[in-house]
Amino acid sequence: MTASVRLDALNHWFASFHALRDISLEIEAGEYVTLLGPSGCGKTTLLSVLGGFIEPTQGTVRIGDADMTYVPPAKRPTTTMFQDYALFPHMSLRDNVAFGLRMAGIARNERHRKADEKLDLVGLKADSAKRPHELSGGQRQRVALARALAVEPEVLLLDEPLGALDLKLRRAMQDELKDIQRQVGTTFVHVTHDQEEAMAISDRIVVMNTGRIEDAGPPLRIYREPASLFAADFMGEMNHIPARVSSDGAQTLLATVPAANLPSGEATLCIRPEALRQDGSGIALGEATVRDATFFGTHTRAHVIPVAAPDMVLVAHLPPTRLPETGAVIQLSVLPDDIRMFTKETA
Amino acid sequence: MSAATGRRRGWGFVAPALIWTLAFFIVPFLVMGAMSFATLEGRSLIWGLHLDNYVEVVTRAYLWRAILVSLEITLTVTVVSVILAYPLAAIIAFRVPPQWQRLVLLLAILPFWTSYVVRSYAWLLVLAREGLVNQTLMNIGLIAEPITLANTRFATVTGFVHFFVMLLTLTIYANLVQLSPNYRRAAMDLGANAFQTFRHVILPLTLPGIATGAFLTFVLCIGDYVTPQVLGGNNELTMPQVIMVQLGRRADFPLASALAIVMMAIVTLAYLASARWLRLDRV
Amino acid sequence: MRTAAWLYLILAFGFIYLPVGALVLFSFQDGTLPVPPFNGPSLKWYAEVLSDGDVTDALLHSLLVATGSSAVAVLLGFLAAYGLARHVLPGSAVMRVMLIAPLTVSYLIVGLGLLIVLNRIGVGLSLMTAGIGHVVINLPLAFAIIYASMGAQHENAERAARDLGASEAKVVILVTAPMLAPAIAAAFFLSVTLSWDEFIIAFLLTRFDITLPVEIWSMLRSGLSPRLNAIGSVVFLISVTAVLLLEFTVLRRRRS
Repeated sequence: MTASVRLDALNHWFASFHALRDISLEIEAGEYVTLLGPSGCGKTTLLSVLGGFIEPTQGTVRIGDADMTYVPPAKRPTTTMFQDYALFPHMSLRDNVAFGLRMAGIARNERHRKADEKLDLVGLKADSAKRPHELSGGQRQRVALARALAVEPEVLLLDEPLGALDLKLRRAMQDELKDIQRQVGTTFVHVTHDQEEAMAISDRIVVMNTGRIEDAGPPLRIYREPASLFAADFMGEMNHIPARVSSDGAQTLLATVPAANLPSGEATLCIRPEALRQDGSGIALGEATVRDATFFGTHTRAHVIPVAAPDMVLVAHLPPTRLPETGAVIQLSVLPDDIRMFTKETA
Repeated sequence: MSAATGRRRGWGFVAPALIWTLAFFIVPFLVMGAMSFATLEGRSLIWGLHLDNYVEVVTRAYLWRAILVSLEITLTVTVVSVILAYPLAAIIAFRVPPQWQRLVLLLAILPFWTSYVVRSYAWLLVLAREGLVNQTLMNIGLIAEPITLANTRFATVTGFVHFFVMLLTLTIYANLVQLSPNYRRAAMDLGANAFQTFRHVILPLTLPGIATGAFLTFVLCIGDYVTPQVLGGNNELTMPQVIMVQLGRRADFPLASALAIVMMAIVTLAYLASARWLRLDRV
Repeated sequence: MRTAAWLYLILAFGFIYLPVGALVLFSFQDGTLPVPPFNGPSLKWYAEVLSDGDVTDALLHSLLVATGSSAVAVLLGFLAAYGLARHVLPGSAVMRVMLIAPLTVSYLIVGLGLLIVLNRIGVGLSLMTAGIGHVVINLPLAFAIIYASMGAQHENAERAARDLGASEAKVVILVTAPMLAPAIAAAFFLSVTLSWDEFIIAFLLTRFDITLPVEIWSMLRSGLSPRLNAIGSVVFLISVTAVLLLEFTVLRRRRS
């Protein structure tokens, strides 16, 4: 089962705190969408509004064709997978997974069959008689997923589902989540603060900050062409170079780059560390001195100081084949497509 | 520091408390146990292994009746208190806004700290023939004559329930708030209504806490002398009242000791019967 | 549903406060019976009670027994908790059970046992014997509260102090006790409130000098009287003050 979601002009206040600001978003049926942002950005509040645990102060929530804004959680075609999983400790895994079916009045045999089916989907069929406390964190996470899917929701809401797991397990579970989502076809809305997780699993990422949507789009687009300085920074490390835009383009201490669409005034030029090149192609940024460099396997990460701007420190990802020495002078350049620019307003 | 000196120091810290407990609790308790097998001849005490006192407990009607009365009152009080306290605790935990919960709880159990002699007396004020309840009922014309409320089992039970509702509200509340709110959310999210959420999720999860509170109620209630003495009058006596009678008028320490041992045995049985439900370490 | 909940809350509070309300209201009764109709308010019963030597003596005795027995109970409880939490001793589980045991027995039995022994060995009953009984019932609580708060994070601070050259006594006095101050204070306040209110042990183990609950008990024989209301209200006020003090100082600080 799957359905589209449409949020219109949502606003929510907790007392005087403006937690959600003018949120409008459309999610297609079967899409895997991630709400990404730092803690306190409103992503969990937004998920609670979707799940029916919070009624928004303003705006509407539509799932499929129906207005769900004021429909309680029990009557929504959504289920939530909670951050602490909220597995019922006094029930076996099978009873946990079958709980929603039991509430729907489905006969015991039928619901046990369905529960076993879902436990099989997450690879825990053999453990169906166990209690939650006998499981590892990753296994509990799977049971929570099976329980949420057992009632065949149209939209599954996941609140930091991998937050309690260690890094290695988290990466493994990402793949599994994505895989299961493909199998069931349900719309998944997933909250996280981990941008790598978001990139690994999402069809589309919604970056949030201070209650607002900063940017929304496929991972590649958001990483390479972020709509705001905040989204640019949140998706990964970014070099900021102050610039002044005039009719000649954006002038910086390192180079002047074309800036056709920007209004005159102060701006920030953004370049990802891996976009700084040594092969001289693109726009030349002049010479820079290596302050220090560290080997990372896939690349070496260097702090470099441009000769033209001794107060500036840039981070560059250089090829892993050779570790540059401290004090070495390198030529930096960047391809025009790898530059993003934000004026004070768009920042 | 070697293990041996460390251990000696450790003993030094524990010893005073141990000696105190030994001298003023365990030894007296053992002496009381021995006393229960002694017997009185005239006014002189004869030690030995006599079963006279225990025989007396089961054969003398006013003694074994006291056991029954105590059990009936205690069970009634325990059940009624749990039934009244649970909704109160649940309302405070789930309906009162979080920032007010501590205050409401504090207020709900404030009279708990009244001296219990005073608390029983205060109920007497309310339930007496000329008391608040009778006067109010007569003023609004519901009754013509005062009804007998004080010096009845009803009064005893009311006094006890008042006390234990406060105690149980506290323990059950503590249990409810330590549950992750996500249990309730998850149940409702999966389609459970308020009653089903309570029946299938909240109640089973709080059962150990309820059992513990109920056991505490049982122990404290069955051993209390003041409330039945002040509110129940002398129409029917409970075990503590009967024990006090032996101490007062007749100075029959052996029989009083035997009764005390029987009372402890009942508590122990109650504990064994409910042990698998209890989490005494989580009171 | 919501209305029913609030209604229940109000009814429950009515039930809980009914006796206390009647007690306090009729302590201001201008008449000889603390029953409706209410005449007053009058402070004459308070004046009478506070000028009654027996009552004020009993009040002082109660304070003495409560603070004295609590101080002993907390000291012994603290030392035992430190010994058991910080040293590996053979039979420590048995000792913990033994220290907690008095909690599981009704006060009547504790008092009865002590009464029998004191009678046997011919020790006269006094405030001291009542105090001994109160230490017996408060020691397990003090021990349990303090023991429960001796977490591992404190142990590391003690190790650090020892590492820096502090003797065992210095560690206990300068590091452990101050760190556990909230638990120690909570144990002390709880002991004081319990001992202050305790009737049956004090009744069995005192003779000429008696504590306030015992004094109230003897006044109870003469039936309803606004004097009792006045004393009861004073006792309630003192207990409530202690509880509120505990709530708003020690416990609040511990939470923050």
